[in-house]
Amino acid sequence: MPTRTSTLLDARAMARTIRRMADEIVELNEGTDDLVIVGIQRRGVPLAQRLVAAIGEREKGHVHQGALDITLYRDDLQTVGPRPVVGSTDLPVDIDGKVVVVVDDVLYTGRTVRAALDELADFGRPRRIALAVLIDRGGRELPIHADVVGKTVTVESGQRVDVMVEELDGKDAVILARKGEEE
Amino acid sequence: MTAPLGKDLLGLESLSGDQIRLILDTAEPFKEISERAIKKVPTLRGATIVNLFFEASTRTRVSFEFAEKRLSADSVNIAASNSSVSKGETLVDTARNLEAMRIDMVVIRHGASGAAQFLAERIESNVINAGDGTHEHPTQGLLDLLTLRDHFKRLDGIKVCICGDVLHSRVARSNIWGLKKMGAIVGVCGPRSLLPNAIDDMGVTVFNRIEEAIEWADALNILRLQLERMQGGYIPSLREYNRVFGVTRERLDRVKRDVLILHPGPMNRGVEIDSDVADGPFSVILDQVTNGVAVRMAVLYLLSGGKPELAEAAKKGGER
Repeated sequence: MPTRTSTLLDARAMARTIRRMADEIVELNEGTDDLVIVGIQRRGVPLAQRLVAAIGEREKGHVHQGALDITLYRDDLQTVGPRPVVGSTDLPVDIDGKVVVVVDDVLYTGRTVRAALDELADFGRPRRIALAVLIDRGGRELPIHADVVGKTVTVESGQRVDVMVEELDGKDAVILARKGEEE
Repeated sequence: MTAPLGKDLLGLESLSGDQIRLILDTAEPFKEISERAIKKVPTLRGATIVNLFFEASTRTRVSFEFAEKRLSADSVNIAASNSSVSKGETLVDTARNLEAMRIDMVVIRHGASGAAQFLAERIESNVINAGDGTHEHPTQGLLDLLTLRDHFKRLDGIKVCICGDVLHSRVARSNIWGLKKMGAIVGVCGPRSLLPNAIDDMGVTVFNRIEEAIEWADALNILRLQLERMQGGYIPSLREYNRVFGVTRERLDRVKRDVLILHPGPMNRGVEIDSDVADGPFSVILDQVTNGVAVRMAVLYLLSGGKPELAEAAKKGGER
């Protein structure tokens, strides 16, 4: 049955995928100069951290890492209630002229990325902004695409993708689950 | 439940510890916005807020105004002295007229205790109490809590003494409610004439001598001695007040611990607090002002609430 819970990536597959994504980011930037890896709260942040670590293992030079909380830039604040929790935003370097790679766990409607682009514009004018996501599940509602993708999956109606990371969920995994069902 | 705080913020007495914690935790990320080059987020774009001040205020009004502007709300200031209020319009008529212009929130400062609640019960808009008579000043209480929590990394179990004119102070009342709900131990210190009769029933320790209060406390919240109280016969003279109850360097030096110094402002230097204390290393008076903007942003954000009946388009927002 297509609606049964299944594992898309286990911990080892996830680690491999992140290593490959790290390589692709360095390739895209032709090195690590001016690179700033910015994770979107919450699961984008530990993923960004791992990408930075993976890049550090193979390349010389320091890659900056930041965190972005896009809650205050969401386009649905007039309608959602109660108020979503606001996380912290922390960009440790001036992003003017830099290559900023925005990292998130799942790319779906594209609305989160739209909010992230607006927020980054309030911090400065990067030379380039790229998008890296662990899972692209389709279903875009805005003209947004990812430059680096861990895995592309087809999700049928009634299903959802859950990314779990050690830091927040106690284990690494990507699960395809039925909507309304707790993992 | 659409808004975790309900429609209005009228005081800290009616809030639970969890609600207070939510406001403080929400204020935390808002601090960073004021550090940005572009100190603005689009969160309250399109919301209209009226700052309705029936009493003089600079710090609180400016702090609310910055909070509103940094959230991209449109705000209007009305000072009662030069409005239709001076022509005899009632509070409710003023507010209903404003509501007829489709506003979303009212921030009200009023000399009568209970004015904010009176208004909140009669209009649809969210009402935020910016100080009502001698009742409460919840956002001041919250910014004091945030400043204390920043310093001690907790509120549970810390000893805070509120010094001075507790009787007339809405700041004192909001502090006592807020601190107690967060598990802090509260003391008060001041001349008996400036402590409420019912103070013993509020579950606080009463100190008659400032030296004892300093000896006991982790932090002092020193209230402004409202100078008009002297005419009221509550204290004999400012000089005497300073001699007996003033927080001075010398008195602080006598205890070996650091005692954190808070003051809601505006200060009377040389009366309730000496300059070398106000400007000293343990003073967090300016941090209070900085935190005031973040706390008010958090309150505006949490109260502004959503309209879930329109949420169809937003359904996918939190989903993967």
